[in-house]
Amino acid sequence: MSATTETLVDFDEVLTRYEPALGLEVHVELSTATKMFCGCSTAFGAEPNTQVCPTCLGLPGSMPAVNRGGVEAAIRIGLALNCEIAEWCRFARKNYFYPDMPKNFQTSQYDEPIAFEGYMDVEVDGETFRVGIERAHMEEDTGKSTHVGTTGRIQGADYSLVDYNRAGIPLIEIVTKPITGAGAKAPEVARAYVQQLRELIVALGVSEARMDQGNLRADVNLSLAPIGAEKLGTRTETKNVNSFRSVERAVRFEMSRHAGILDAGGSILQETRHFHEDSGITTSGREKSDAEDYRYFPEPDLVPVAPSREWVEELRGTLPENPTAKRARLQAEWGFTDLEMRDTVGAGALGLVEETIALGSAPQAARKWWLGELARRANDTGAEISELGVSPADVAAVQKLVDAGTLNDKLARQVFDGLLAGEGTPDEIIAARGLGIVSDDGALSAAVDKAIEANPDVAQKIRDGKVAAAGALIGSVMKEMRGQADAGKVRELILAKLT
Amino acid sequence: MSIDLTRATAAQMADALAAGETTSVALTQAALDRIAATDGDAEAGIHAFLHVDAEGALAQAAASDARRAAGEPLSALDGVPVAVKDVLATTGLPTTCGSKILEGWVPPYDATVVKRLKDAGLPILGKTNMDEFAMGSSTEHSAYGPTRNPWDTTRIPGGSGGGSAAAVAAFQAPLALGTDTGGSIRQPGSVTGTVGVKPTYGAVSRYGLVAMANSLDQVGPVTRTVLDSALLQELIGGHDPLDSTSVVEPLPSLVDAAKQGAAGDLTGVKVGVITELGGDGYQAGVRARFTEALDKLVAAGAEVVEVSCPSFVHALAAYYLVMPCEASSNLARFDAMRYGLRVMPEGNDSPSAEAVMRATRDAGFGDEVKRRIILGTYALSSGYYDAYYGTAQKVRTLIQRDFEAAFASVDVLVSPTAPTTAFKLGEKLDDPLAMYLNDLATIPANLAGVPGMSLPAGLAEEDGLPVGFQILAPQLADDRLYRVGAALEAALEKEWGGPLLDRAPEVATLTSTEGAL
Repeated sequence: MSATTETLVDFDEVLTRYEPALGLEVHVELSTATKMFCGCSTAFGAEPNTQVCPTCLGLPGSMPAVNRGGVEAAIRIGLALNCEIAEWCRFARKNYFYPDMPKNFQTSQYDEPIAFEGYMDVEVDGETFRVGIERAHMEEDTGKSTHVGTTGRIQGADYSLVDYNRAGIPLIEIVTKPITGAGAKAPEVARAYVQQLRELIVALGVSEARMDQGNLRADVNLSLAPIGAEKLGTRTETKNVNSFRSVERAVRFEMSRHAGILDAGGSILQETRHFHEDSGITTSGREKSDAEDYRYFPEPDLVPVAPSREWVEELRGTLPENPTAKRARLQAEWGFTDLEMRDTVGAGALGLVEETIALGSAPQAARKWWLGELARRANDTGAEISELGVSPADVAAVQKLVDAGTLNDKLARQVFDGLLAGEGTPDEIIAARGLGIVSDDGALSAAVDKAIEANPDVAQKIRDGKVAAAGALIGSVMKEMRGQADAGKVRELILAKLT
Repeated sequence: MSIDLTRATAAQMADALAAGETTSVALTQAALDRIAATDGDAEAGIHAFLHVDAEGALAQAAASDARRAAGEPLSALDGVPVAVKDVLATTGLPTTCGSKILEGWVPPYDATVVKRLKDAGLPILGKTNMDEFAMGSSTEHSAYGPTRNPWDTTRIPGGSGGGSAAAVAAFQAPLALGTDTGGSIRQPGSVTGTVGVKPTYGAVSRYGLVAMANSLDQVGPVTRTVLDSALLQELIGGHDPLDSTSVVEPLPSLVDAAKQGAAGDLTGVKVGVITELGGDGYQAGVRARFTEALDKLVAAGAEVVEVSCPSFVHALAAYYLVMPCEASSNLARFDAMRYGLRVMPEGNDSPSAEAVMRATRDAGFGDEVKRRIILGTYALSSGYYDAYYGTAQKVRTLIQRDFEAAFASVDVLVSPTAPTTAFKLGEKLDDPLAMYLNDLATIPANLAGVPGMSLPAGLAEEDGLPVGFQILAPQLADDRLYRVGAALEAALEKEWGGPLLDRAPEVATLTSTEGAL
């Protein structure tokens, strides 16, 4: 049960003996206005159990009706993942008992997914891995259970509450084929796949795709096989992996854990595991020990989904640019070096940089803030760059102020401090913190006079023509102005007074 | 000429309302009085109703009368009272499905058919008794006690819709809604001397019908005449966006077909007698009345031929796989978490949700329901699915092909509705297989989605009890049932000198304090 009893093998050592195989199951919550099988709203954050009706509560006698918008989104995701789109497919019932499942079966798809046999090219450090997509299918979300008690989990809870607002919200589950051959890059490939999949989903406009809100949920399957073995090893399925970074860490941890068990001659238990964000470990997760038999059968209350080829082609026409081609285009447009581009993609900042540039920032300025400043801060706190609470609009606004001479880089960093602390908009932070460059010539002129008076030797050197010495006076003035001055302007003033 | 307020047909009631000879309130009050006098309870009386809504029905009746007085648009059956099987969701009225597990549950919504009844101005008298979750052929599996057959209160009224059929046969209601998954409208019709129709699958919305087996269930009319069934089916039928499986195409006019048939001419109509649904397993009196009915069809000008549907012999076996599979999944939602019964397990101070589910389902479901849940769960299990559910679906396809082949050469198919007349209460309760055999002739229509009607063919000589005659038609050709059914009804009533129900013994009336014997 506890990870402390497990032997973990050093990551590099794992690779000397084993080849990892990855599999990723990603659930994407669609941002359709209404649920998959009824007309209830899908808006996030409403009072519990206010966005419900007989159908999504599974009341006796209620029946589902398919949301065409959900099917459309599923087809577009399938097409963007280079999948075949089924000419005819059905929903199926996945039967199991759980209090957050109103009907005690989930309306899903089983052996007839809407999309199948596709791929996505994933870039890691300039190298491209082709990840095979086995299927993308439609299903409904469950309600949300809250276990109230000291543990916060079902074990040891005093009682549990269920909110059915989420029940019936459309989900697309995207399942990869086993990803082999990634070797030491397996953790990065897993992360990059989820990251790029998210970018694709956002570009398609079918989901908010926010991992922190559970719009995008990744389950990480991992197995190890001795190098050269033909058969894949036994896999574990790690759930509760709620950030890109966690995807990478979960793969890394499971590789080390599997290797420890296999080295000791043990065998891997095929099981569900829970990832713990704080400690970076996984623990055996499934409360139910019984082998699951979901007793799938076709949903008799729904007619088959048979998208016409005309409709599929029409939807193909609405797809966003292919991500690989798009990266090449953006790199050329922005004039980024290969390394700069790789860093941007690797930090999960491509979309953020793109949006910031679209809002008027120069490409290098946008890159500087996101990669130089914000990526470093995200790294310090272990957060995802997209989850820092700083938006492309914020960065563009700060850069605009820099361009206008209202802020310099040093002050801009203080504005980011304020943004990260949730102090409001850039303008509010500048006002509250008293940032912003002083352009009042009177105050600046007084500070320059004071600096000249305090440094007669330096002033004399400048009068003698050693203009480079101005730097020392500028420093002195900036100090006096507590940094809130435009260095170029200070220099102009000094030279005007002394030469 | 004034009508008898309880014995008149729905069509006669509608005419009388239109002529201003009576009011909806008068008709509804008469029905309520009749129910009060004859229905009793689980111990005595017909016990067709689980819940009577006198106040609501009278309010709806008054509203209908007011609309009529104001000259507002009215439906064909506006003001004619109706009873509703307790498997259909009704706002503000309990909906138990004959089960303890739903005791006290009042739905927050109306089934589409109920909404259509309300919109059409039919006062709803109450909810009728049924086998628990429509599982049975005798109404003895109701958790609230059996319904008794008005022809002989020691006998079953059929099932699962015994309550609706008995209410209509006992003149408690001129009209009722039933549901038919394997014969639950037609077989009760057969043993109570009433008319029951299972429409084409999808012709009537299932939204709000608490499903037993979604791919087989269908809502339909229970009445005393073929024309009344036509009027009621036209009123409740038609596409419903809330039921994805409901058909979009409109059916041909059923009322016109019934009126055409009542004129008595079936020239050019080809009738096929299904070889596999007759013979040794059928009671002699049932066979005799069936054969005589065929003679009436021939006399009306129809051509009668014999047709073989060889796959029908596998229908019962396929049905008892498909139905429990779907039912086991449908009934999973009754888990004490959100509505209905909640039983706390004994000797457990802080039970888990799973333990509460188990205790509730154990206490809340009857034996027949548990039997089918077990059958279905087993048949859907990993490793058995193909052999059971998969094979049953193939048999369904074969039965559909048999129907297609038969309907290529005949317009309608006919058979006795049930192998026997009404049996005694308790007679088959401990023998599930004997009980299941009652539906032998009705099940093929459900498996293939074709429409079927049962109408009275007379009384069996050996026991004096009603015999049912079944007519089956191709999908969406429900009108053929009504044309042939109305012609047969007209010919038989001419011979009988009136409706068969006129020969039924008078139902005993009860006082409020003592049960009748």
